[in-house]
Amino acid sequence: MKNNLYNYILGIADNSLILGQRLGQLCGHGPSLETDIACTNISLDLFGQVRSYFQYAAKIAGDQRTEDDIAMLRKERDYKNVLLVEQPNTNFAFTIGRQFLFDVYHLAFLTELQNSNDFTLSVIAKKCVKEVSYHLRFSSDWVKRLGNGTSVSKEKMQEAISDLWTYTDELFYQTNADKEMVFEGVGVDVTKLKNNYYSHINKILLEATLEIPESKWFQTGGKEGIHTEHLGYLLSDLQYMQRTYPNMEW
Amino acid sequence: MKKNWPLWEVFVRSKNGLEHRHFGSLHAADAEMALENARDVYTRRNEGVSIWVVESKNITASNPSNNGELFEPAQDKVYRHPTFYKLPDEIKHM
Repeated sequence: MKNNLYNYILGIADNSLILGQRLGQLCGHGPSLETDIACTNISLDLFGQVRSYFQYAAKIAGDQRTEDDIAMLRKERDYKNVLLVEQPNTNFAFTIGRQFLFDVYHLAFLTELQNSNDFTLSVIAKKCVKEVSYHLRFSSDWVKRLGNGTSVSKEKMQEAISDLWTYTDELFYQTNADKEMVFEGVGVDVTKLKNNYYSHINKILLEATLEIPESKWFQTGGKEGIHTEHLGYLLSDLQYMQRTYPNMEW
Repeated sequence: MKKNWPLWEVFVRSKNGLEHRHFGSLHAADAEMALENARDVYTRRNEGVSIWVVESKNITASNPSNNGELFEPAQDKVYRHPTFYKLPDEIKHM
């Protein structure tokens, strides 16, 4: 039970951690001052959420590890985030597409997590729902704006959605820890979120005058620790300080 | 950026009961984006409870070169301030 709960929390937290890091990489590079601030704001929201999760995970682990140790000092295979969130900031359309495809899931997930038997998780979820509602509003508006914009913005937005589509199904994959936690009434049964997820996505894509990808072949692996080549580079950035100067504090 | 988004002026009400104050300006493609940008740029440290945005080109402003005719005539009309009344001692802070 304890081990499953620990892994379950990591599964949730790692999505926000890795996406937060990805967005943080845009700091000072956003296409305009306003979108730069917006993306790093979302990044900060996600890091805030991550702290609550890892503090809780550290408490459950009950050993000497702190929230920072758990967040920063694992090896690549021990990160349980979905493949979607580790995909690179190829261009602004990819950043927005990745955010949108994750936000729709994230909001539905947190909405359900509020009903968890686990008091701490339900409280964290209640706090995060408001933040993530805004993330979804921001990313949906941008998908529609780029889709209805110029022929170039439409083409780029379409390309992003089509390329990232293959990572969407994994959001509804369940690990053993996930299944156990659903059984205990702690976790969210993500398989039940799938239909609403795709109908919500399709609705926004329609408003954006974009095509719904037809591909039925999906990538999985992230939740079991098998990642795309992009995660290693991201982690070397994220972990650089602690790896180079172990136990450094400031 | 070769072609800039239009400029918007941002007004924020910092507390219920107070008026909206001019906070600054930003670029955005449309009103909805201006509102979201204003939220992110100006209210991320809990500065506000309400935001107005208005496209800068819709504001009609007085021309500083007309300041003489617009504002100077008021300078020597001290009697327009209610400063010539004798106030009873009991009334303070006027």
